[in-house]
Amino acid sequence: MKNYDVIIIGAGSVGVPAALSLSQNKVKVLVIDALASPGQGQNKKAIGGIRATHSDKGKILTALRSIEIFSTWKEIHGDDIGWIQNGYSFPAYTDEDAGKLKDLMKIQKSFNLDIDWLTPEEYLKIVPGINKKNLKGATYSPGDGSASPLLAINAFYFKSLEYGAQYKFKEKVLAITISNESNIKIKTDKGEYTAAKVINAAGNYARQMGQLIGLDFPVEPDSHEGAITEPVQRFFGPMIVDLRPFQDPATEDSANFYFYQNNEGQVIFCLTPRHLMKGTASEATSVFLPQVAKRMVALFPKLANLKVRRTWRGQYPMTPDGFPIVGETKEFPDFINAIGMCGQGYMLGPGLGELLSRIVTCQLTQDDIDVLKHFNLYRDFSGIEQFK
Amino acid sequence: MTNNRIKAHPILDVPQKETISFYWDKSKLVAQKDEMISSALFANNIKIFGHHHKDGSAQGIFCANGQCAQCTVIANGIPVKACMTAVQENMIVQSVKGLPKLPDVDESPEIRNIEHIATDVLIIGGGPAGLSASIQLEEHKINTILVDDKNELGGKLVLQTHKFFGSQKDSHAGMRGMDIGRMLAQKVETSFHIKVWKNSTALYVFDDKRVGILKDGVYKIVTPKVILNAAGAREKFLRFKGNSLSGVYGAGAFQTLVNRDLVKPTERLFIIGGGNVGIIAGYHALQAGISVVGLAEALPQCGGYKVHEDKLKRLGVPIYTSHSIVSANGKESVSSVTIAGIDKNFKVIEGTDQTFECDTILIAVGLESVSEFTQEARSAGIKVFAAGDASEIAEASSAMFNGKIAGVKVVQHFKPDAKKIPESWYEKAEILKSHPGPVQEIYTLGDEHGIFPVIHCKQEIPCNPCSTVCAEGSIQMQGDPIKGLPKFDGECKGCMKCLAICPGLAITLVDYRKDKDNPVIFLPYEVSNIEVKKNDEIALVDVDGNPLGTFKILGARATKDSDRTQIVRVRVPKAIAEKVVAFTIQKKEITRKLTRKIPYDHIRDNEVVCLCERVTAGQIRELVKKGITDMNQIKAISRAGMGPCGYKTCENLMNQIFWAEKIAREDIAKNVRRPLFVEVPLGKFANGGQ
Repeated sequence: MKNYDVIIIGAGSVGVPAALSLSQNKVKVLVIDALASPGQGQNKKAIGGIRATHSDKGKILTALRSIEIFSTWKEIHGDDIGWIQNGYSFPAYTDEDAGKLKDLMKIQKSFNLDIDWLTPEEYLKIVPGINKKNLKGATYSPGDGSASPLLAINAFYFKSLEYGAQYKFKEKVLAITISNESNIKIKTDKGEYTAAKVINAAGNYARQMGQLIGLDFPVEPDSHEGAITEPVQRFFGPMIVDLRPFQDPATEDSANFYFYQNNEGQVIFCLTPRHLMKGTASEATSVFLPQVAKRMVALFPKLANLKVRRTWRGQYPMTPDGFPIVGETKEFPDFINAIGMCGQGYMLGPGLGELLSRIVTCQLTQDDIDVLKHFNLYRDFSGIEQFK
Repeated sequence: MTNNRIKAHPILDVPQKETISFYWDKSKLVAQKDEMISSALFANNIKIFGHHHKDGSAQGIFCANGQCAQCTVIANGIPVKACMTAVQENMIVQSVKGLPKLPDVDESPEIRNIEHIATDVLIIGGGPAGLSASIQLEEHKINTILVDDKNELGGKLVLQTHKFFGSQKDSHAGMRGMDIGRMLAQKVETSFHIKVWKNSTALYVFDDKRVGILKDGVYKIVTPKVILNAAGAREKFLRFKGNSLSGVYGAGAFQTLVNRDLVKPTERLFIIGGGNVGIIAGYHALQAGISVVGLAEALPQCGGYKVHEDKLKRLGVPIYTSHSIVSANGKESVSSVTIAGIDKNFKVIEGTDQTFECDTILIAVGLESVSEFTQEARSAGIKVFAAGDASEIAEASSAMFNGKIAGVKVVQHFKPDAKKIPESWYEKAEILKSHPGPVQEIYTLGDEHGIFPVIHCKQEIPCNPCSTVCAEGSIQMQGDPIKGLPKFDGECKGCMKCLAICPGLAITLVDYRKDKDNPVIFLPYEVSNIEVKKNDEIALVDVDGNPLGTFKILGARATKDSDRTQIVRVRVPKAIAEKVVAFTIQKKEITRKLTRKIPYDHIRDNEVVCLCERVTAGQIRELVKKGITDMNQIKAISRAGMGPCGYKTCENLMNQIFWAEKIAREDIAKNVRRPLFVEVPLGKFANGGQ
C-alpha cells in the first residue's frame, strides 16, 4: 500500500492548485479523481472570471492571492493561461441598486480594493453600446480579471507534476478509514492508499466524502447553465454583472446574469435561475437560452448578432450561506475540507491551495486564521452572502 | 470577370434566373437572386473568403452545410456563414481578416417569447430515410413535424444526377436520384399529417424533452413524443500536409456547388477516396464539364461499385489504387496534389510519388452517422428511432427502405395493432445495404446473330432494374433476385430499355442484323455537355477503359425511355463488338503528371487536425506523448474541437493519432459533445416573433 503525506480527493479547481502548492513545499501528495483528467468536473464549467471584490475578508484575501498567481503565471512560468485584467463592473439601473452597490463599495474600499463608481458616461466608455436608458452608473474594479479555466488548471497540473505531485484518474473513492493510528486509509475501486492527512476537495461530491467517515457537510449542488459565443474583435472591457432579478412568465424567473469577453474574443455568459435545480444532472435544458438571451440583448443590444457556439450546464456546490467551508474537522483533525465553493472554486482555488498547504505544514498566519473563521464549518450558516 | 456558372448540363436544367448586384470588398458583382453568398462568390471566381485569425491562412468553402465557419464573411456588417446566407440586392460582402468586428446596434432589438409546439413525431432530416418514414406516418394519420435544414426536401438525393441502384419495387432503381428525391418530397409536402419545416435546423434535444429548432430563422421549441433521427451522415476528413489549403473540401460540398447551385467550383479536380461518394463526385464533375485529373484510393481495390468505377475509367479518369495523398501543394490555394504508392501497412513506398496539377482536392474517405440526436433523445428519455445514414452508413436505396421500416416502427409505437413488419422486409433491408461482392468473370456469348444486350456487370451489387425492365423476360438475376449478376438468355427485340435503365451504364446492344462482320453497337452516354454527333470520331474502350480504336458515330440521341441518356450508335468490326462499352472523352494531357518541381513555399509541412482552430497533428501528438488520453484535456489545452464545428471534423483524426501512438481504445476518454448543432445568433433566442 502506497503511503503519502497528503491525499487530495478531487483534481478540480481547488485540488489541483492545492497539490501544486503542497508539492512545491516538498509534501508528498496524491490526488485522486473519478474522472479522466484534471478539471473535468465543474472546473471546466467555470466561465473564468476572477475577482477580489467580494464582501468579506475571507474571500477577499484569498482571491487577492489568486489574482496574483493568475496574473503573474505567464511571467513566472511561461505558459499563457489566457489572463486578462479586464475588471468587473456592476451597472445599476435603479437608485436603490446604485445605493446598495455604493454601500458595498465602502466595505470593499476598507480592504483597499481598487473599486470605484463610474458615471453613466464613464461606464459607456468601457462598455460602448450598453443600454443607456435609466443607467445610474456602475461600480468598476479594474484590478479584477479573467483567465481560461481550461488552460489554468492544466498549467497548474503540469507544474505540480514537475514538483512530484502524483495523480490517479478514473478512480472512485469508495471508503475512507480513519483509525487511531497516524494514517488515514483510502480505498478506491482500483487500489488502497494511506496518508497522514486527507483534503476533501471533491466539489459536487464533498458531502458523500463526509458520509464515508460519518460526517455531514452542508453542501448541495445546484445547476447553472452557461454558454460561449464565436470570437469577435474586442468590443467591451469588463465583466458585466446585472444584479437585477427578472420575472419572466414565458420561461422562468431569474436572478442575476453576467458575461465578459475572454482573451480569445469570445463572450461567455451565465445566469442564476430563481428556482434552483438541485442535483448533478448536466445536460442542457431548453429554458436557458431564451431566458438569458432576452435579458442580454435588452441590456446590450449589440449582442443580438453574436453567434452562440456552445452551451453547458454545471453546478455550484452550495452551502447554506454562500460561503465556502475550509479547514480541519473537529472529529478528525487530519481530514481537511476545502468544499462548498458556491461557484467560486476557480477564482478562490489558487489562493486556497496555498492556504491548504499552510494548514498542512502548520504555517498559518494571523490573516489565514481570520480567513478560516469566515470559512469555518462550525459557523451557524445563518448569514447570506450579499454579493454573489 | 470570369463566370464560373454551368451553362449546359446533360441532366440538370439550367434555368435562367433573375440577377442582382452585390459588392465584394470594393468590386461590384452579379449574383443570382436567392443564391447563397458562397455560390455567388464562386460563380465570380472568388474562392478565398478570408484569412483565419489564428495563422492567417486562407479560408474558403469547406462543408457548404453551415456546420463549420470556414466560409465566414461580413455581410452588411454582420459576420455570417456564406454558405447559409442568401445574397441580397446591393449587399456589401467583405472578406474576414483576423477576427470579425461586431457591428453597432442603435435600437433595442425586438424581444418576443419563443413559440412552443407539441407534436406526436419529430423527424429530423428530409432525405431518403426521413421522407420514406413520413409516407408511412401519413398513411396512419400520425401528426408529424419533419424538419430539414435545406430549402428543398430530398437530402443528398437531389444532388444525384445518376440513375439509382437497388430494385425498382423497393427503391425506385433506374430513376435518377434527384428525381426520386423530388417525387418523394412532393408526396410528403402534399400530405395532411406531416408538417414540413424547410430551412429548419434542429439544434439540440434538451434534457427537458424539448427540441430547439431554428425554423427558417425563427427559434421554436418542439415537444415530440417520438423522435426519428434521419439526419444523415457527415464526411470524414483526412490528415495530410497542406490539408488546410483553400480548395481542399468534401465531396458533399462539391455536389452542393455543382448540382444544386450550378456553379463550377473548379477546372481541374483530384479526388481522394474510391468509395461510391468519390467516384460519383468524379462522374458529376465530368457531367459539369470539369476535368478530373485522377482519383486515389488507399486500398488495392475501390470500395465503390465496380460499374461506377469503370464508368469513370472509361471516360478517361485514371484511378490510382494502393495510393495515398502525400500533400496538397500551394501557397494559399491548391495548385497541385502529390500522391504516392502505399504498401499493405499503408506506408508510403519511397520513390513512387507523383504530382498532378489541380485546383481542388475532394476528400471522400468515408462517412459517419450524425448520431447525436439519437444519443441526446435517449439521454433525455424520449423514445427515439434512427434510419438511413444516421443509423448506419449505406446507399440511399437502403436508406429509403429502412426509412420505411422505421416509419412503420414509429406507427407501431402509437398504434400497436396497426401494421406488422414482414420478416422479408428485414431480409430485403440487409440485401439493399450489402457491400459489393468480388469481381467475377463475365460469361461469353455464343451466337453472333440478331440483336442482343451485352451486360458488363461483373460484381454482385444490390441492383436489378435491367431484369425488371425487360419485356421479354430475357434478363434473369442469377442467385439472389436483387443482388445476383444479371444474365441475358432468350429473345431480344432491341427495345434498348435495359441499356437505358442500367445505373452503371454497363449494358450495350450489339446488332448483327444488317451486317454480320461489322455490327452496329449501341452505347449509353450521359456526359452530353461534351457533345457527340454524327460523324464525330470517338475512341472506343472496353469495360476497363483499354483502347479499342477510333470509330465514327452513326448517330446519337436520347429516346423516350432513356431519360436523358443518349444512345450512341457506332459500326465496329465483329472482333471488338462485344467488348466495346463506351468511349473516352477526357484527353490524356489532362491526367499527365507534372515533371517540373513544386516551389518550396508551395509545400506546407503541417497536417491540420482541427481546421476550426488550426491545431496540427504535431501539437496533438505531443500531448498524447505526454500521456494525455482524455480528448477533453487535449481540447482544454490545444482548443482542438472547440471551434464552430464542435468536433465534427477532427474527432476521427484525433482517434487516429491515439491509435498510431498505441493508446488502447478503452483508455481513450471520449470528448463530450454539447449543444448547439450549429452556431446561432443570440438575438434569435430573444425573439420568437416575425
